[in-house]
Amino acid sequence: MKAFLILEDGTVFTGAHIGANKEIISEIVFNTSMSGYLEVLTDPSYAGQAVCMTYPLIGNYGICRLDAESKRAWPDGFIVRELSRTASNFRKDITIQTFLKEQGIPGIAGIDTRALTKILREKGTMNGMITTNEKFDLNEILPELKKYTTGNVVEKATCSSKYEIKGGSGKKVALLDLGAKNNIALSLVRRGCDVTVYPAFTKAEEIIADGPDGIMLSNGPGDPKECVSIIEEIKKLYDTDIPIFAICLGHQLMALATGADTYKMKYGHRGGNHPVKDLETGRVYISSQNHGYVVDMDKLDPKIAVPAFINVNDGTNEGLSYTGKNIFTVQYHPEACPGPQDSGYLFDRFIRMMEVRKNA
Amino acid sequence: MPRNPNVKRVMVIGSGPIVIGQAAEFDYAGTQACRSLKEEGVEVILVNSNPATIMTDKNIADKVYIEPLTAKVLEQIIEKEKPDSILPTLGGQAGLNLGMELEESGFLASHHVTLLGTTAATIKKAEDRQEFKDTMEKIGEPCAASTVVETVKDGVAFTNTIGYPVVLRPAYTLGGSGGGIAHNQEELESILENGLRLSRVGQVLVERCIAGWKEIEYEVMRDSAGNCITVCNMENIDPVGVHTGDSIVVAPSQTLGDKEYQMLRSAALNIINELQITGGCNVQFALNPASFEYCVIEVNPRVSRSSALASKATGYPIAKVAAKIALGYTLDEIKNAITGKTYASFEPTLDYCVVKLPRLPFDKFITAKRTLTTQMKATGEVMSICDNFEGALMKAIRSLEQHVDCLLGYDFSELSAEELMERLKVVDDQRIYVIAEAIRKGIDYDSIHEITRIDHWFIDKIAILVEMEQALKKGPLTIPLLKEAKRIAFPDNVISRLTGIPEEEVKKLRYENGIVAAYKMVDTCAAEFEASTPYYYSVYGSENEAVETNPPKKVLVLGSGPIRIGQGIEFDYCSVHATWAFSKAGYETIIINNNPETVSTDFDIADKLYFEPLTSEDVESIVNLEKPDGAVVQFGGQTAIKLTESLMKMGVPILGTKAEDVDAAEDRELFDKILEETQIPRAAGGTVYTANEAKEVANRLGYPVLVRPSYVLGGQGMQIAISDEEIEEFMNIINRIAQDHPILVDKYLQGKEIEVDAVCDGSDILIPGIMEHIERTGVHSGDSISVYPAPTISDTVKEKITEYTKRLARALHVKGLINIQFIAIGEEVYVIEVNPRSSRTVPYISKVTGIPIVDLATEVIIGKTIKELGYAPGLAPEADYFAIKMPVFSFEKIRGAEISLGPEMKSTGECLGIAKTFNEALYKAFLGAGVDLPKHKQMIITVKDADKGEAVEIGRRFEKLGYTIYATRSTAAALNEAGVRARKVNKISQESPTVMDLILGHRIDLVIDTPTQGRDKSRDGFLIRRTAIETGVNCITAMDTAKALVTSLENANDQFTLIDVAQINNPRGTGKDRKNE
Repeated sequence: MKAFLILEDGTVFTGAHIGANKEIISEIVFNTSMSGYLEVLTDPSYAGQAVCMTYPLIGNYGICRLDAESKRAWPDGFIVRELSRTASNFRKDITIQTFLKEQGIPGIAGIDTRALTKILREKGTMNGMITTNEKFDLNEILPELKKYTTGNVVEKATCSSKYEIKGGSGKKVALLDLGAKNNIALSLVRRGCDVTVYPAFTKAEEIIADGPDGIMLSNGPGDPKECVSIIEEIKKLYDTDIPIFAICLGHQLMALATGADTYKMKYGHRGGNHPVKDLETGRVYISSQNHGYVVDMDKLDPKIAVPAFINVNDGTNEGLSYTGKNIFTVQYHPEACPGPQDSGYLFDRFIRMMEVRKNA
Repeated sequence: MPRNPNVKRVMVIGSGPIVIGQAAEFDYAGTQACRSLKEEGVEVILVNSNPATIMTDKNIADKVYIEPLTAKVLEQIIEKEKPDSILPTLGGQAGLNLGMELEESGFLASHHVTLLGTTAATIKKAEDRQEFKDTMEKIGEPCAASTVVETVKDGVAFTNTIGYPVVLRPAYTLGGSGGGIAHNQEELESILENGLRLSRVGQVLVERCIAGWKEIEYEVMRDSAGNCITVCNMENIDPVGVHTGDSIVVAPSQTLGDKEYQMLRSAALNIINELQITGGCNVQFALNPASFEYCVIEVNPRVSRSSALASKATGYPIAKVAAKIALGYTLDEIKNAITGKTYASFEPTLDYCVVKLPRLPFDKFITAKRTLTTQMKATGEVMSICDNFEGALMKAIRSLEQHVDCLLGYDFSELSAEELMERLKVVDDQRIYVIAEAIRKGIDYDSIHEITRIDHWFIDKIAILVEMEQALKKGPLTIPLLKEAKRIAFPDNVISRLTGIPEEEVKKLRYENGIVAAYKMVDTCAAEFEASTPYYYSVYGSENEAVETNPPKKVLVLGSGPIRIGQGIEFDYCSVHATWAFSKAGYETIIINNNPETVSTDFDIADKLYFEPLTSEDVESIVNLEKPDGAVVQFGGQTAIKLTESLMKMGVPILGTKAEDVDAAEDRELFDKILEETQIPRAAGGTVYTANEAKEVANRLGYPVLVRPSYVLGGQGMQIAISDEEIEEFMNIINRIAQDHPILVDKYLQGKEIEVDAVCDGSDILIPGIMEHIERTGVHSGDSISVYPAPTISDTVKEKITEYTKRLARALHVKGLINIQFIAIGEEVYVIEVNPRSSRTVPYISKVTGIPIVDLATEVIIGKTIKELGYAPGLAPEADYFAIKMPVFSFEKIRGAEISLGPEMKSTGECLGIAKTFNEALYKAFLGAGVDLPKHKQMIITVKDADKGEAVEIGRRFEKLGYTIYATRSTAAALNEAGVRARKVNKISQESPTVMDLILGHRIDLVIDTPTQGRDKSRDGFLIRRTAIETGVNCITAMDTAKALVTSLENANDQFTLIDVAQINNPRGTGKDRKNE
């Protein structure tokens, strides 16, 4: 069956339909990772977006459910050059075709994904529709596309109630789930932490009352400025002396909570090859990235926070260190999955921070 | 960290002659690195014995020494040039070993020379088997159960504890020389004994056999601050057991999930960090396909063949960045030259699929075993890029130029299903074709996988190609089917063959329906950032992004494809120089080539690079888009010449010598006419198509005769026949090489073989120098030792040669280069062969005369005359030094290959000896080729009757040098009779001790064995030669070579005259007193 990808600027790509049989409108973004399509599909940060993979051959090793980063797949749609008809890996449970159908995700294959990527790069991220309706009318559709926003997707992506993951006798970490990837909690658990996961809309007082050794703010989807109430709670967390480590959306929310600003990037960073520089050591690490918004470095108050990491490619902010506080935050993904594991050391840094405070 | 200001004069070590396992990739890496160093204002002193390289050009380095790569020579160069640093990680294993030797001996320290890049301690950790294993154990990176042994006995004992099969890897050898898999004690003993001998340190690793696991490689970069990135990973389609150089390789890996990909990536970074490598490094892993279990196979702490491939596959210039790192820069300070926006501290991401196929030499060595093992056999490789795997594989197959353009290329249709299952067990270069046939016969994926251990995913891709063949065969050829066939890169001629529709009609159908190739850019970043480097590959069914340009003049330069015996790096040298010369003259330049090892496919050589197969269809697609004003074919070897006719049909003017004149040189009748007109004598001969015709001509001329196909390079299929039986045999062999051209039979003349390269502007010629071969006619020119200036011919002969060259060049209307081979018998000169194009001696003669003939030829093609270029026509004045080109062979790598020299070319590379005297130049040339004698001062002579006289003279001279001579019965008798003491040894068939035992006793320096006339059918001679080669004993099969060797040994000397080739100048406008004009 034919499928169409219609972009806000009127561009139409014709390809073959894949996945679930439904029509969607979403924000179209591209990801440049060459492996890890399941991790991408199950990353809650993609809620409200349709993802185009720039690597052309997808599905080669099928789906291994163990590798999922959350309980379900999140993107509204999936855009690929080619889906492999064979899936080959010793851990494969099902094929990606089956997975997309099972998860209700429609998509399009067989289009020139490089041409699409170039459009997004030149004109910026834009909205689009995936449909199998051959009689589509652009005059009707384009205004609809323009109206679309991802909205407050954190609500959809967070967990419904608090739960614990025991890691041993280590530190007690409160993880605020803004749409967290599994490997954040697992990275802490593997380091011996007991992790308590809180829904995004938990009151700060409740978390503080549980007496955690440290607080972790997770990644998550959408425009950080939509998270008005969460920001308020995070401000209260900032005011404590509990060590805080934040990733991605959590990093942006902490910045907003302390008076900094964020803006939407032209087409964001999504992939596993971006270099970030640790300004303290001068070392460069290859990172896993997935963000469309970024903290505005020009509007930082150095009395509150200073840049700790920057992106070597475009010089944008990749992390902050909070002046006089036990708080550091990063824009990228030290939990990897997909992507390079080079920044796992940040979890160790967080644990050391908790130890220092405890011993003090 | 900014650049280290103490580094001002750097000595760069090249990799020496091209041999199997060490080929053009090091010229590419070295050239890139030298340019990168010069960019930083560093003075570069280059040492490489290989004159065919671009890195030994004076515009690449400041000082150029084309000298033997031995520690002694390097020491003398260091003493003379006083570099402050030395960069050994760009010259392959050869360069690395030398750097280590100089460091370990303390020479570098005592001369205040710093080893740049990776330190000696690091190299040792990575290269020494035991140290490496200990290091891996320390950081928890698994290696296969193994131990290093120094005796066969220890090897057997260890294997008994871990069980057969085991893999054997000698330490410090290149291309896995002497390695292999042993399945039982007998095999173990044989391989081990050989490996111990070949290892520089007498060590061999005996290792648990992990054959059948996935073989995955990572190319890693690290700077001195500890920043690490991986440039790319690659998956070998052939599982562990086949050397990666002989494997089909795909980038990026296709069958690894992110967990496996990142696990191995992290391991690679872990290793490079522990080893403290600064620069580039290659890490090879074996991955158990049924678990996360893996082990590290090996680490190469230097740029390598794989890094060249990774550079071309991703657009990331590894050697260039490695050179900058060596100067102290960190990755985040080095700009990504492709995007100009991002930095070297990022990881390339691909939005396409890359396939590499090895170019194996079995068409040259028809008696050799085709099986692929851990010992590399490929002489070169091709790479192709597409947005799907099937297309990339199809393009790579036709890039090989082996008369195969799809998976039906080798016919196994006669085999039954059972026979195919048996055949699948054979691991050779035809395996994918056997798999395709197995799929056609309905054998299921599981069975194929069970035998080959090739991943299901790849088997399925082969199946998709087979299904397309079948769909096309079945028809009808609908537009959607045609589109799909083109998407997976089926060429029109294959579609035509399968559908029965004429190729022209297929093409018409495509054009009418807009099914044409589009070009995508290799940009390192999957389009995330804008890139401005026009490095393109073709796809079907997508949008074209090749930028249209309309410069005043646009020229297409056709490359020479994969490196093979007979068409080597020399043609890349010519293509690159021509491109530069056109560029200088204001042309926009476009290169089409498919060889990832070469300089020509570096992204900044031409204005535009198309990484594509060199077939007429693939070239036409580019021509349609680019509409060049002309194409040059005379620099790209036979690959480019073959495309002449197609280019003319496309309406592309051929710049320089016209196609009909190229034909005239190849066509017997036309050429005879020209010789008649110009009154130049040649050996009598005739043109034939069948064996009967050949016998008729041969008998008319009288034996011996020379039999050869026309339109081939490197004398492929050429033989000297002495009887009707041999004619029958050779015609059979020639006909096995698919070809549509007639076969030439000539009277064989024995004399001195002379070669010239010349530039002709249509009327005047310029000969930079006359080269004389040491070997008499009958040995292919590429396998002969070649001397400039010609030492033994008279001025009359030189004048005749100059005159004949002028006449021939004029008669053939040559505009550009011409290469002619002559025979001189007394004062008579006969022409053997004329090639109105570049030749393999062009780089050599350009360098040793200082006359840049490719540049001149290009300017002549553009319209200048030789006089306008400031040169006096005729033969340039002779140099006051001698420059000797020595062929280098890779026989030890190809089991079963016949090593005796004849009219068919067998050498893989060459080196140069240059000195004030002939004798020193000769000694250097042998030394450069690895003939470092004497060692044990024992030798074997076994020659055919006709050579006995000369054997006496040679034997006498060796005896005088203190050699003990062993000889077989009749040779010994002849020697003793003439008063040369020779000990008689038994033939192999006789009782022990035989000549074989002697060789295996490892105390022999040299074997001189001349085979009986024609194809040597004696099993004895063949065995002797093979055994000698495989046990590392020098073996000479021509008396002239033997004479040259003894001359060189008589003049052995430790103190060399060193000549900076960059200083050799033959300035324009100084040739007033030249001969003949």
